Amino acid sequence: MNPIVALCPVIEKKTVAQGIFDIKINSPELAKNSHPGQFLHVKCGNYILRRPISICDINCDSIVRFLFDVRGDGTEWLSTVKIGDTLDILGPLGKGFEILPSDKRAIFVGGGIGIYPLLATCKTYKAPTVFLGFRNKSYITLIDDFVNYGAIVDIATDDGSTGYHGLVTNLLEEHLKTSTSDMIYTCGPKLMMKKVAEIAREYNIRCQVSMEERMGCGVGACLVCACRTYKKDGSETHSFVCKDGPIYESEEVVW
Amino acid sequence: MINLGVNIAGVKLKNPVITASGTYGFGKEYSNFYDISKLGAICVKGLTLSERLGNPPPRIAETPSGVLNSVGLQNPGVDWFVREELPMLKDKGCVVIANIAGNTIEEYIRMAEKISESDTDLVELNISCPNVKEGGVAFGVNCDSVHQITSVVKKNCRQPLIVKLSPNVTDIVAIAQSAEQGGADALSLINTLLGMRIDINSRKPILANNVGGLSGPAVKPIAIRMVWQVRNSTKLPIIGMGGISDWRDAVEMILAGATAVAVGTALFNNPYAPLEIIEGLERYLINKGINDISQIIGKVVPN
Repeated sequence: MNPIVALCPVIEKKTVAQGIFDIKINSPELAKNSHPGQFLHVKCGNYILRRPISICDINCDSIVRFLFDVRGDGTEWLSTVKIGDTLDILGPLGKGFEILPSDKRAIFVGGGIGIYPLLATCKTYKAPTVFLGFRNKSYITLIDDFVNYGAIVDIATDDGSTGYHGLVTNLLEEHLKTSTSDMIYTCGPKLMMKKVAEIAREYNIRCQVSMEERMGCGVGACLVCACRTYKKDGSETHSFVCKDGPIYESEEVVW
Repeated sequence: MINLGVNIAGVKLKNPVITASGTYGFGKEYSNFYDISKLGAICVKGLTLSERLGNPPPRIAETPSGVLNSVGLQNPGVDWFVREELPMLKDKGCVVIANIAGNTIEEYIRMAEKISESDTDLVELNISCPNVKEGGVAFGVNCDSVHQITSVVKKNCRQPLIVKLSPNVTDIVAIAQSAEQGGADALSLINTLLGMRIDINSRKPILANNVGGLSGPAVKPIAIRMVWQVRNSTKLPIIGMGGISDWRDAVEMILAGATAVAVGTALFNNPYAPLEIIEGLERYLINKGINDISQIIGKVVPN
């Protein structure tokens, strides 16, 4: 489906942790055409560059939800929008996650704000296993949503303030000692995803990753959001996160 | 009936709005949004003799009213362009400008020869890319080398030759005159201005390449000034670019002396910007009671 520029009213806005906002927009056009793992390119006030933000959830053929962390001036502006305001959104963009039949086994590994793009994919499975890592308990978000969609959720924190004290990837490794999966989906810090990719390879499980890079056009024309990847013949190239990604097979990425 | 058509070195454009090299790929992505043959012309991503992978990321950073980029001429090579990209553009009825960049004079010549055999409409000689270590801007900042490369490429190029000028020079007029004397058929200006941003926490430059080319509204006054100066000192048609975001910017650039304008960075904010500029130009002419765009080219009234 071709991307569109849509003017979307904000219908819900929440602060879910310090500096992290949860926004729902009403756009039947975007909702009907969006696939889990794709992203929206959101115009932020008078800033020239749109901000790429992953789709978190899609509901009722009309509502698209995204969460974001205030990182700079653009997201600071976005955090000031109010219910009823209109957002100028270019989307849906990029390639989404590949979704297997709902009775397949799927594991989700998310870190920090990287957990958001996983939710909409997670809910398509009957019994997904979810491992989420956070800095500490004050950054924990979205757990109830995963649980409500039927997921078994395990949490790791860097400081042990909630759940397992340590790396979320340790939870994954521990799990795979006694269980397997048809697919692992991951999004979060690059080092975490690299480790997940290594574990997936070790256990011979297919793995899809959601990559991030500073973006320009968002549609694959300006070539700024380069990601080092392997071509089919094994040689390396720069592909583009906005068009060839953000979702890649973990084996495609030159880590 | 308003006439928006212009003529660049014998090539007719249905309107004076072009998409700038490096911001529009080979047109495919934006053809998902609208009929790209509505544009005056499309200037494709800068081409090199062989495929180039470009610079490592990050390749982009926002600045006040501007954008820095350091793509570094990533492209699939001139042969790929002629074989895989050009046919779609010509089938759609687009006027196509091929932007060529080389490391050596020999590379420029070989590319000009290859493009000459294609049905590309115009060639833009890129001697102003700030993001590559060899070639690129090195050819564009010295009058003798501008003269030399222009004349050599011109001899080997079937199509009209546009020379794209760098603003990172002491005297843009002298450079423009060298291109004219070397046989250029048209000029395009400005390429990006070399800039830099630093992350104050990590103390690292934001761009992996450390420095990059600045574009967007921040550079517009410089572009207007340079186009005006060049207009007053050469006879060549000019494609004016640098921060053109809406029809008012386009009118300003045309009044300064540009026969056509190119839109680049504005596309990142609004994919429809070039079409809105075409519509805005037409409204402007209607409101002013002018029936031909050529009547405002260079018609600034200086103090």
